[in-house]
Amino acid sequence: MSNVNNLSSSRVVNWFKFSSPSTFYPLAGKMIPWFWALTMIFGAAGLWISFFVAPVDAVQGQGYRIIFIHVPVSWMSMFIYLVMATWAGLGLVFNARLSAMMAQSLAPIGAWMAFLSLWTGAFWGKPMWGTWWVWDARLTSELILLFLYLGFMALQASIDNVRRADKAGAILALVGVVNVPIIYFSVKWWNTLHQGASVSLTKAPAMAQTMLWGMLLMALCLWMYSISVGLMRVRAIILEREAHTDWVKQLNEVKR
Amino acid sequence: MSPLIAIIQRDLLLVMRRKSEVLTALFFFVIVTSLFPLGIGADADLLRKIAPGVIWVAALLSTLLGLQRMFAADYADGTLEQLVLSPNSFAVLVLGKIVAHWLVCGLPLVLLAPVIGIQFDLDAPSLRVLMAALLLGTPVLSLLGSIGAALTLGVRGGSVLMSLLILPLYIPVLIFGAGAVYASSEGLGIAGHFSILGALFILALAFVPWVSASAVKIAIE
Repeated sequence: MSNVNNLSSSRVVNWFKFSSPSTFYPLAGKMIPWFWALTMIFGAAGLWISFFVAPVDAVQGQGYRIIFIHVPVSWMSMFIYLVMATWAGLGLVFNARLSAMMAQSLAPIGAWMAFLSLWTGAFWGKPMWGTWWVWDARLTSELILLFLYLGFMALQASIDNVRRADKAGAILALVGVVNVPIIYFSVKWWNTLHQGASVSLTKAPAMAQTMLWGMLLMALCLWMYSISVGLMRVRAIILEREAHTDWVKQLNEVKR
Repeated sequence: MSPLIAIIQRDLLLVMRRKSEVLTALFFFVIVTSLFPLGIGADADLLRKIAPGVIWVAALLSTLLGLQRMFAADYADGTLEQLVLSPNSFAVLVLGKIVAHWLVCGLPLVLLAPVIGIQFDLDAPSLRVLMAALLLGTPVLSLLGSIGAALTLGVRGGSVLMSLLILPLYIPVLIFGAGAVYASSEGLGIAGHFSILGALFILALAFVPWVSASAVKIAIE
């Protein structure tokens, strides 16, 4: 038996080895400092460009610098939902515990990004449009995305049986993924039908090259941040769920 | 007798034995819609303007009230397990329960809507559009709602949780259902709204029974 294993692992790296919580836990622990370092590097570079290099906007003044946070967190909030649903779907199809744990660890991060996106959006709206909130298609669908995250988290939190919580959450996440484009387009059509684009979100003229770089660097920073926090959370979830196993009891941080 | 018809008949029979539960949801619909004029005043122009939205939101909420009953009693007494074990496709049986729910909780709303609409001073063409939109939209509400009912089976605080899960998914139906009435009252075409409501209905009919069936299976594992 062990011979067979050695033979296969000598030819290709067996990635499935890391689908077990006991092997993934130390690997995640080794990766976390690297992702935090990348977060810091990209964050420092991104903030430096967005505050000191990028020019002041001719029309919108200094206030426009909110977009260096706002746009990346909006991207992340949507992207994390997709990643979360993918992990949840993998967990459902392959009955893999770790995938479901990844989905569970990503949900609060995504919800936080969606909340930040709405919050910074309100700060953007007040000086630019003179109002904290408009029923614009993008704002509305971002709000609904936040509701979807909260529903996923609430469902998982209220089912006591962990495996059932994983599967039920996975179904909800997958249904949500199918519905997100439908909701987005219906809100968009609703918006054009009702108020005829009172506020144009796309009025930004051709963006200066440095602004784009600032936004990209901040987006990379948030990617690395989400990965680091996701890995830290998944380690905590692994410890919580696998507390009864021997390998957890052997860990130095648990023994102490 | 086909299993689909059998399960519809059984659910309807159970409902007829305990009519009060269904009537509660209907009275809820009537009361909620009657509260709005009391809350915002009896200005006929304003009422006419908010009528489609108010009626649709009330329809969404009263559909939710009935959803809890779709699987819960059968889950509690073990009938649901027997249904899963039966040789018939479980998705078909779930579809039967959804149809029964619509007949009990959706169809009466369609029939009641004109009465409520008259309270809100809607004219006859708008009432017709409202009824047609509800006729096409309420089945989608029953279908989508069955997913939430299945996911929250036997869960603490299930009914509140279900509304959190399901209401965001109801948004497209609300938009196009109420939008059709607005469009007709402003003399715009309504074909687009009905096409999309029809598309939502077909999509939901094609996929939801399987999703709900697997959600129920997860719950009773």
